[in-house]
Amino acid sequence: MQKGKERAAFMDFIFRNKVAILFSIVSLLCLYVSGIQVSFLIKELLTRLARNSFLVLALIIPVIAGMGMNFSIVIGAMSAQAAIIMVTYFKLSGIVALIATFVLALPLSVFFGWLTGKVLNRAVGQEMITGMMLGYFANGIYQMIFLVLVGSAIIPIVDPDLLLSTGVGVRNSIDLTNTIKYTMDNIIQVPAVWFLVALGAFGIFWFVRKALMAKKKGEAMSVHIFMAAMSAALVAVVLMPGVYYGLMTSGAGKTPLQVPLFTFFMIFLLFLFNGFFLKTRLGQNLRTVGNSRQVANSAGINVDKMRITAIVISTVLAAWGQIIYLQNVGTLQTMTSHESVGLYAVAAIVVGGASVKKATNAQAIIGVVLFHTLFIVSPQAGQALFNNAQLGEFFRVFLSYGVIALALALHAWERIKKGKGEEGAEAQLPPAGEDGAKAASES
Amino acid sequence: MSEYVLEMLNISKEYSGNQVLKDVTIKVKPGEIHALLGENGAGKSTLMNILFGMPVISSTGGFGGRVIIDGEESKIKSPNDAIHAGIGMVHQEFMLIPGFTVTENIKLNREITRPNMASRIFGKSMETLDVDAMTKDAEAALKKVGMDIDAYAEVAGLPVGHMQFIEIAREVDKRGIKLLVFDEPTAVLTEQEAATLIKAMKELASEGIAILFITHRLDEVIEAADNITILRDGVQVANLPVAEATVAKLAELMIGREVDRSAMGEPRDLSNEEVVLSLKNLTVDMPGEEVKGVSFDVYKGEIFGIGGLAGQGKLGIPNGIMGMYHADGEVVFEGEPIELNNTKKALSRGLAFVSEDRRGVGLLLEESIEDNIVFTAMQAKNEFLLKFGPITLKDSGKIRRHANDMINLLDIRCTGATQYAGRLSGGNQQKVCVAKAITLGPKLLFVSEPTRGIDIGAKKLVLDFLTKLNREEGVTVVMVSSELVELKTVCDRIAIVSEGKVNAIMKPTDSDVDFGLAMSGYKKNKGGAEDGKA
Repeated sequence: MQKGKERAAFMDFIFRNKVAILFSIVSLLCLYVSGIQVSFLIKELLTRLARNSFLVLALIIPVIAGMGMNFSIVIGAMSAQAAIIMVTYFKLSGIVALIATFVLALPLSVFFGWLTGKVLNRAVGQEMITGMMLGYFANGIYQMIFLVLVGSAIIPIVDPDLLLSTGVGVRNSIDLTNTIKYTMDNIIQVPAVWFLVALGAFGIFWFVRKALMAKKKGEAMSVHIFMAAMSAALVAVVLMPGVYYGLMTSGAGKTPLQVPLFTFFMIFLLFLFNGFFLKTRLGQNLRTVGNSRQVANSAGINVDKMRITAIVISTVLAAWGQIIYLQNVGTLQTMTSHESVGLYAVAAIVVGGASVKKATNAQAIIGVVLFHTLFIVSPQAGQALFNNAQLGEFFRVFLSYGVIALALALHAWERIKKGKGEEGAEAQLPPAGEDGAKAASES
Repeated sequence: MSEYVLEMLNISKEYSGNQVLKDVTIKVKPGEIHALLGENGAGKSTLMNILFGMPVISSTGGFGGRVIIDGEESKIKSPNDAIHAGIGMVHQEFMLIPGFTVTENIKLNREITRPNMASRIFGKSMETLDVDAMTKDAEAALKKVGMDIDAYAEVAGLPVGHMQFIEIAREVDKRGIKLLVFDEPTAVLTEQEAATLIKAMKELASEGIAILFITHRLDEVIEAADNITILRDGVQVANLPVAEATVAKLAELMIGREVDRSAMGEPRDLSNEEVVLSLKNLTVDMPGEEVKGVSFDVYKGEIFGIGGLAGQGKLGIPNGIMGMYHADGEVVFEGEPIELNNTKKALSRGLAFVSEDRRGVGLLLEESIEDNIVFTAMQAKNEFLLKFGPITLKDSGKIRRHANDMINLLDIRCTGATQYAGRLSGGNQQKVCVAKAITLGPKLLFVSEPTRGIDIGAKKLVLDFLTKLNREEGVTVVMVSSELVELKTVCDRIAIVSEGKVNAIMKPTDSDVDFGLAMSGYKKNKGGAEDGKA
């Protein structure tokens, strides 16, 4: 009996995480084929985790409010870039520049998020595709402002460093070295090895505790034990001589690799915020709206306002996420840095196992890890397999998006399986939501 | 404080030239239970929409007359204003969120919260939910309406009857509530639950809350109400104290004609006919309506009733046979076993099913009436199709003709065959469901709760039609219903289900006492009672 329950719980866990497991297997195969060193992968992955997690976590609240994946986080990213351009113009630098960027991005993203929410309230049930289109539309306006208006009679600024040689339009590429580059990352740095071992140790402690609690309550503990084993595996991998040596020498000038602890701390704060938020009155109202607009309305909840709130929060978080991203990248590609922010973020969270109706913090983080692992290893794997660098890049696109398309199909399959017992709620929802996500996997 | 909580004076309303309310006046005192009677389409909902300031009223040109609350002109512009004015509504369609717990649903948008660090900066909306305090309130409210439900349970798994009480508990939990509108609260309840509800209503009224009670069940009106207002086609036909009312009089006033119960004829004894359907130890895994081993025979050409209290498993029987929920056991139809858990096979054998879940299973709400009527026939029987080689098309002409026939036959009140099924009233939706089932040309028809939530006129039409189908076309009918009177009116034999098993198979002419005992689980000591075995 007990054994059967454990087995069932574990199989359920496997089934729920089938997409993540599939991605892991493909990634491991690619890692093997490519011959990339594990320490290199960890280094790249840590960088990308620090860069992207905040953006992906910004997607969660709109999902809870029943608005699907928020492709319009692109608009938040553009607000952030506008703030960065301003900070560059004002020639601020260091931590002051960073704080100024965060502060300047806030009103911009609140305002544009509010406008986005207004539009999305007119497109109930079609939020994802509408959000995507809004992103393209906003991109047009953004380009008009920063290519045509800046430096002209309407925004008459003169700054040869910032503007194109004609005096009109912002340069395509802005170096952030003198403004915000690494300003957040450099606040606190710790060696990567310590960070990872601490993380793994905490994981072991946490999941063993959970397993023991589950045992006390008579619940299945196999999943917790599995997770504890994964944490232990992380520690073991990091401490493997080759990997350890690699990590201790892959920093600048053969120094130990450093991890931007403060940036991770900010991500952790957002992680906590998403959880805390759901337990507040506002969060409860958002959940209600996400479950049924009709019921929410009859309970006296202002549905439109709630939906706008969700989008505003998401847009602000996306703007801040984009600042974190760019301060790490170090260069602002004025016209392109924001372009695929929404797409990559959505792809990552979907890989983590989220759907348009349910998304969690853990899915976001796992998604970032898996999506970027495949992004790092697949071009090399392609190159190794086909002996051709160009094919490697093609292989990456093919593999990453192919697996995402498969992931979406698996989600749909799961819904059909589940839906058999409880038709109604699921079936009645307009399928429009999926279109956006599919579009993501096709591009 | 004025004498009346609510006065609606000379209310008139028209939708694009179509007069739906004409000069209606209702006055309700504190602590009064005021019944509002009327067929579907009589104008009750419009009246309530006006009271609650629904946008649909103002966007269609407002209304004539005055609404006065507590002696002051009403300023209600939205449902939210109504809540603040102390007016609550218990909806006919459940306004509950399945994924939330009972507590969360009861305290919806009125959550109890505790301040925290974030709320001190960002304001009250960031306060943390105080789940313990919320649960305490919820339990108190549930107790007040006479229900003992686990407040931590998720609503999704509860029986339909409980959901109604959760709705009511939510209204009761609101502080400063002066007037409660019950919109057909007993429509989905069993007789026992309805009695509990009426008791709860009376208790609320005794605390000074005025109640506006919209219902189709006339005996409940007599039992619960102090005063009665009756609407017919938007006109107020009567306003009388309960002392002057009888069921017959109310029915007559409401639909303007006598309810004739003798039309169905005497129950027949068809035990000499061949057995058309035979169940042996059927078990069905339907949440809230589990069937735990049922056996009985149905004779050819009879109308077989299945009754019992809600949650005892009567609904599980047809749902199980038709493959809607997982079933085990043996079902023999016309001498050959039916493959269980395969809806298509069951349909192709000549079984059809009118589901109790009209809006979920029965209808495609966003499709036209005609498509709804022929949909299952197209799927299961390949009818109404045109074949051109490998291409199969809908035969639109044939579909339209058939739908129009059905609309005439069943008197479906609609703007035409292309109207969306979701826009129809409950009674007319049910007629569409019946039309859909008989389009299959069934040899045996399951009807589950055929009259739940529909008005007397439509109810009679549906029952008459089923009888006609049985007598003239020879279709065997198995009818599952919570309304015993309805079963006794129509059926030849009635099986009473209790705790997932058939407790007794009875004659419609048996006394109410016997039926009552059978429904509450008492065994009748009758030698050779066919399949009443446990």
